[in-house]
Amino acid sequence: MLTKRLIACFDVIDGMVTKAVKFQDNIHVGSAEELACAMYNAHIDELIFYDITASSEKRAIDIETVRRVAECVFVPFTVGGGIGNLNDMYEALKAGAEKISVDSMAVRNPQIIAEAARAFGSQCVVLSTQVKRDDSMPNGYQVYIDGARQATGIDGIEWIRRGQELGAGEICLNSIDRDGTLSGYDLSLMRLAEAAVSVPLIASGGAGKPEHLAELFTETEAQAAIISSMLYSPRMERNYTVDELKNYLLDRDVPIRPLSR
Amino acid sequence: MAIKIIDYKAGNAPSVLHATNRLGYAAEFASHPQDLADATHIILPGVGSAQATMDSLREQGLITALEDAVLHRDVFFLGICVGMQILFQHSEEDDADCLGWLKGQVVKFDASQVRVPQMGWNEVRFVKEGVLDNVTDDASGNARGDSARDFFYFVNSYFARPVDKSDIWGIAEYGDPFTAAVCRDNIFATQFHLEKSGEAGLALLDRFLSLTKEETPC
Repeated sequence: MLTKRLIACFDVIDGMVTKAVKFQDNIHVGSAEELACAMYNAHIDELIFYDITASSEKRAIDIETVRRVAECVFVPFTVGGGIGNLNDMYEALKAGAEKISVDSMAVRNPQIIAEAARAFGSQCVVLSTQVKRDDSMPNGYQVYIDGARQATGIDGIEWIRRGQELGAGEICLNSIDRDGTLSGYDLSLMRLAEAAVSVPLIASGGAGKPEHLAELFTETEAQAAIISSMLYSPRMERNYTVDELKNYLLDRDVPIRPLSR
Repeated sequence: MAIKIIDYKAGNAPSVLHATNRLGYAAEFASHPQDLADATHIILPGVGSAQATMDSLREQGLITALEDAVLHRDVFFLGICVGMQILFQHSEEDDADCLGWLKGQVVKFDASQVRVPQMGWNEVRFVKEGVLDNVTDDASGNARGDSARDFFYFVNSYFARPVDKSDIWGIAEYGDPFTAAVCRDNIFATQFHLEKSGEAGLALLDRFLSLTKEETPC
């Protein structure tokens, strides 16, 4: 039976992992490589690195960091941000990443999804999108881009449906309203999404305690959950180990890849 | 010993090389027919479609060299993901004619039943006793109770249906049971990405790479 995935997500700037709340107020946590290797050893199922740029001025992807991570992480990892074209994607895949996440760039140029799917296969293309509740939208959510600062006027559910049609092999939905709040995933958003698309869905934004994972996996069809604050945010009262979270879920009969395997 | 990782466009050869490095083997990329002349172990990684993989191998002149090494010189061979699918006669994906080393078809998961692609960790039950026996000890040194099962990472929309059931090495379930791994003589293949399946995958890869000529592994 296919198990649910726990995905550690890192925001990386200049090779360093930072943690922000609602896209502001960054604090440094450690080097990308160190945290990635530690997470691999702690039995994480998958990793995602966002905005993995060499510097905020030069927006090219930091290939050296991708390579160093690939040398010690033997579970899948995705990189996103700092990717402007097919060549950047190819470089990241060649350095050892499994998947490329596209976000703002895909909103500006949706055809990049189709081009990437043709060049590398749909399984390599993750459409990540930031959405915010908005009753003026047909399905109640609006897509935001550029670090969730820029409204697009695009309906979130329509957008992921289009993304799947263009060839995205997986969709990661981040709730801007829940991001960094530790108040739980937006379950109604995930229910709308699961009815709209058939590719695997990753839920993001809001995880603060193990109960949030259990409710996500039992009440929605989400196949994977992004966790970050719970694992390593220095702002949390306490952090959780991957094993703790997995044991909690296994005790509640959520299908999860067991520990120490 | 000479381990060759077939390097072709859109393949995930780098991830496989990272894994062999981690295990302490000196593997090399092979992109020309002559690179396979001295091979003892060949790994064919795969992502993308069966047709694209066949086209790349053909363009690089690698098909004859592979057949010579694997079918005539009995070099140990490991196909991964699409590298498993192209061993069969035909794939539904783009109606692709494949190598036909093993009898059977590659077909698509039923999208009305399950989310396609299958993406994530699934449990594989190994059904051939003693093949690349993946018994590993846990951290405290106790042998695992159920050594013939483990979790591996899959990303696939298609899967193989071997005609000869004795080729089936591992079975997993996605909606229905499907063939997750096959082996026959010196030929091994996994639908899962063992290079991205954590310690379970590395252990299996290690066992494959340590095969010697004296062994009749499958």
